[in-house]
Amino acid sequence: MELLAFGKTGWGDELFYATLMTIAVSVTAMFIGFFFALIFTPLKLSKFKSLNLIGNFYTTVIRGVPELLVIYLFFFGGSGAIMYVASIFGYFEYIEINAFITGSMAIGIISGAYSTEVFRGAIQSIDKGQFEAAKVLGVGKFAQFYKIILPQMLRLAIPNLSNVWQITLKDTSLISVTGLVEIMRQSYIAAGSTRDPLFFYSFAAVLYLLLTFLSMKLINRLEAKYSRGY
Amino acid sequence: MDFDLMFTSFPKLLGATVVTLKLLSVSLFFGLFIGLLFAILRLNKNIFINKFAYGYSYVFRGTPLLVQIFIIYFGLGQIEYLRSTFLWVILKEPYWCAIIAFTLNTGAYTSEILRSAFQTIKPGIIEAGKSLGISNKIIFYKIQIPIAIRQSLPAYGNEIILMMKGTSLASTVTLMDLTGVAKYIISTTFKPIEVFIVAGGIYLFMTFIIHNVIKYLEKKYSFQ
Repeated sequence: MELLAFGKTGWGDELFYATLMTIAVSVTAMFIGFFFALIFTPLKLSKFKSLNLIGNFYTTVIRGVPELLVIYLFFFGGSGAIMYVASIFGYFEYIEINAFITGSMAIGIISGAYSTEVFRGAIQSIDKGQFEAAKVLGVGKFAQFYKIILPQMLRLAIPNLSNVWQITLKDTSLISVTGLVEIMRQSYIAAGSTRDPLFFYSFAAVLYLLLTFLSMKLINRLEAKYSRGY
Repeated sequence: MDFDLMFTSFPKLLGATVVTLKLLSVSLFFGLFIGLLFAILRLNKNIFINKFAYGYSYVFRGTPLLVQIFIIYFGLGQIEYLRSTFLWVILKEPYWCAIIAFTLNTGAYTSEILRSAFQTIKPGIIEAGKSLGISNKIIFYKIQIPIAIRQSLPAYGNEIILMMKGTSLASTVTLMDLTGVAKYIISTTFKPIEVFIVAGGIYLFMTFIIHNVIKYLEKKYSFQ
């Protein structure tokens, strides 16, 4: 137990901050994912074939390629791409983006592909009559989406979004390869310096289980809230 | 775009694909058995057996695959007792450690898929079997299992694709699979985009094949 003590002697406080880092990266990635889903869901549902193609390309490629490969692309290619864009604007100095931003971007894009599929499925399962009724009543496109479609969609999407959240949370462990100190990386450091990998990796597993368990509790409450009246 | 690099790295990556496919097929093979075993245990009426099977699938589905590989590869070697047994021959090899981790992981997901498939079988089918005087054992092996496998084909297809992506983690325990070789080429040439296109293309091609094979099987074994 002294291995987990807080302060200089143990790894308790380090692992605590690492857990906070894991949560921070997961939440950021989830929101980046929502942002991407907001762009690509309309593309996938669009009437135009070419827009459909772009949407399908994004979800197919990201869901068909290992997460680790995407992370390597961002880790090795991220600063290069930013520097290339900067060079167009006449800035030629070396730019380094920190591990948190690259990591959240990489995981966010992956999570976005899953969220896109969830939103697409949810919108498609809403009764066509709802759209038509809104049109007949003269509700504007904007109000139709925010007041009629979105609330109904959320109820259908939350169970699947909770799956996306679980995937995202577990995927953040892969960012440890880029050196960002989250649960996995911290356990790696602790295991290396104490020569006790079994304990620290098992403890990391417990931390992840705790995170998934607690988030499920929270999501169930949210689900109950949006299912009122059903 | 460095097309030369793309051409020269393609054979190397294709060679590494063999490692990926080996890891995938071996772990899926054993995973299917473990999945079936634990799905049956989940349906057992004994609460301890039931809870044990639930705990297994909960733990392996609730933790990242990376943690599971690290526990098996780095963690188990720490136990002195294990080093003296014959298990050590297996556990000192990263290849087998990766396979054990993948097998246990896919076994957990497969058990969930099969369990829900068993539960969706209509009771009428089992009752029909009983009224025809077929023994419980035969009903289980000849009626329930084939129907459950057919029911779970779409979900199992997804699991195969997820597992294929999961094998990329073998590169973290020094195995040179497709992702491992891709990372090596990226870190020596610093051309991430080109290598990503080639390696990602190979992965997408495999996804495409798996997807279509499952689709074909679904059609072949559909009830109509």
